[in-house]
Amino acid sequence: MLTVETLSRTFTGLIAVDDVSFAVTPNTIHSLIGPNGAGKTTLFNMISGLLPPSGGTIAFQGGDITALPPHRRARLGLGRTFQNLRVFGEMTVLENVLTGMHPRLGVAWPLAVLRSPAARAEERAGLAKAQALLAKVGIADHARRPAADLAYGDQRRLEIARALASDPALLLLDEPAAGMNPTETAALGDLLLELRQEGLTILLVEHDMGFVMRLSDRLTVLNFGRKIAEGGPAEIRDDPTVIEAYLGTKVARKLAGAAA
Amino acid sequence: MMATLDDLLWSYQSLIYGLGTNAILGLSMYAVLQLGQLSLGQAAFMGIGAYTGALLTLRLGLPFPLVLAAAAMVPALAALVIGGPTMKLSGVHLAIATIGLGEVLRVAYINTDAMGGALGLSGIPEKSTFAIIFGLLAVILAGFILASRSKIGRACEAIREDEAAARVMGIDVSAYKMTALVISAALAGLAGALNAHFSSFIGPNEFAFEAAVSILSFAILGGVTTPFGPVLGAFVLTALPELLRPFHDFRLVFNGLIIVLVVIFLPRGILGFRIRRTGG
Ligand SMILES: Nc1ncnc2c1ncn2[C@@H]1O[C@H](COP(=O)(O)OP(=O)(O)OP(=O)(O)O)[C@@H](O)[C@H]1O
Ligand SMILES: [Mg+2]
Repeated sequence: MLTVETLSRTFTGLIAVDDVSFAVTPNTIHSLIGPNGAGKTTLFNMISGLLPPSGGTIAFQGGDITALPPHRRARLGLGRTFQNLRVFGEMTVLENVLTGMHPRLGVAWPLAVLRSPAARAEERAGLAKAQALLAKVGIADHARRPAADLAYGDQRRLEIARALASDPALLLLDEPAAGMNPTETAALGDLLLELRQEGLTILLVEHDMGFVMRLSDRLTVLNFGRKIAEGGPAEIRDDPTVIEAYLGTKVARKLAGAAA
Repeated sequence: MMATLDDLLWSYQSLIYGLGTNAILGLSMYAVLQLGQLSLGQAAFMGIGAYTGALLTLRLGLPFPLVLAAAAMVPALAALVIGGPTMKLSGVHLAIATIGLGEVLRVAYINTDAMGGALGLSGIPEKSTFAIIFGLLAVILAGFILASRSKIGRACEAIREDEAAARVMGIDVSAYKMTALVISAALAGLAGALNAHFSSFIGPNEFAFEAAVSILSFAILGGVTTPFGPVLGAFVLTALPELLRPFHDFRLVFNGLIIVLVVIFLPRGILGFRIRRTGG
């Protein structure tokens, strides 16, 4: 599905991602974990095309996408959410989701502008689909509100609905549970499992270890830009290098607790 | 007595025509600003259109519709050429690059005898009529309203709000920006030619920095959340100096003051509402 090979990215005086390789198997939830500053978001930015790599390649569904601009990757079925929320704040929640549908709206622009019957039908179908997606992520009540008015957790859910609107094959989620309470987090976990059930592949970045261990089929661990471990949840939990990387953090205690 | 009356009519006619062409210029600014692109090349494109139109009329005597088409197409081509390198620029860099274009052209007009040099071109026949100016304005405004209500408008708003997020949503931001710049240049050129064909004179200094700023102020005053904003902004800022004629010396101060007050108190412009579209 996704194969990242010897990917690197340097910023002036800093190697944010250092020679990282891993592959995501279709129809799995693959997690990318690591302490703050490990390079997870930088990796996401390179995979989604917002940041050019300093070296290495990215292949998606069998084709090399390293040089493709972000919108082409989206068309190929790559969707993502952002760690620092980036909803379109002035638009309504529904309009945000419809924007996510953009690459799947096929009516030619002159017809769209002139509101031809085909264009109207497409917008109607898009609206129905957007409403269904909002119901799925649990924010249907807020459909007509400006996105900026939504609570933090709801904006995270909106980002997921907006990313799902383009029917992606692979969804990159950057800390989707951040700022959510335990009930919301559990519901989000159920949603992600449901999405995988429906055939979606998910690459997940998340600090909440309980959440990550519950959902992941496979994990890749980064520290200081380098891959330090990879394996199933049980392997990672017991891996001394991983525990050491998280040493002194809340996560280390959680890992220790989970292992015990 | 008769002469004063004629003067009055004539001066009102040029005011009314000016309302129309300035509204088109406001829409030209809207085309780029609605994507968050700060281009100050509108005056330069207007100048290219004005000179193209005036020369085709004076030297070749082409029919007016053809003149107007050429006056829109030549600056559009210029935008296509300079668009590539400047598209990579953003924010204040694009603004400075496009101001530079205006200054370069000003010097070029002054030093080209075939374009009238420093004296400019005079004796341009009056071919712009009320029907032509306001008919074109109506068509252009309708086009923008329809576009902004469609998925195109949704994509434009997404780009204005968050370019990176828009890219990830599958929107070809570079193509949108290039198209917007070309449309913007064509409209500015059209307005320039319409202007030239009722003011009967154009000169090299009319299309430089000051003009660029006043076109920008149409859009800032009216706001760019809908296409109505820049039209209203252009109407107000064109009519106001006439209404304030008694306070002649303070006219420019008033204009400046209005802009400052709007930017501080109404950052979305006086018409800050959103256009209604699917799911809105
Ligand atoms: N645009 C940038 N310019 C300079 N340095 C950057 C830039 N983006 C990220 N970095 C640096 O690269 C390193 C990796 O950052 P990144 O955001 O990828 O980490 P992360 O794993 O997502 O961390 P977190 O868990 O806190 O989100 C950090 O040291 C960060 O400061
Ligand atoms: Mg991060």
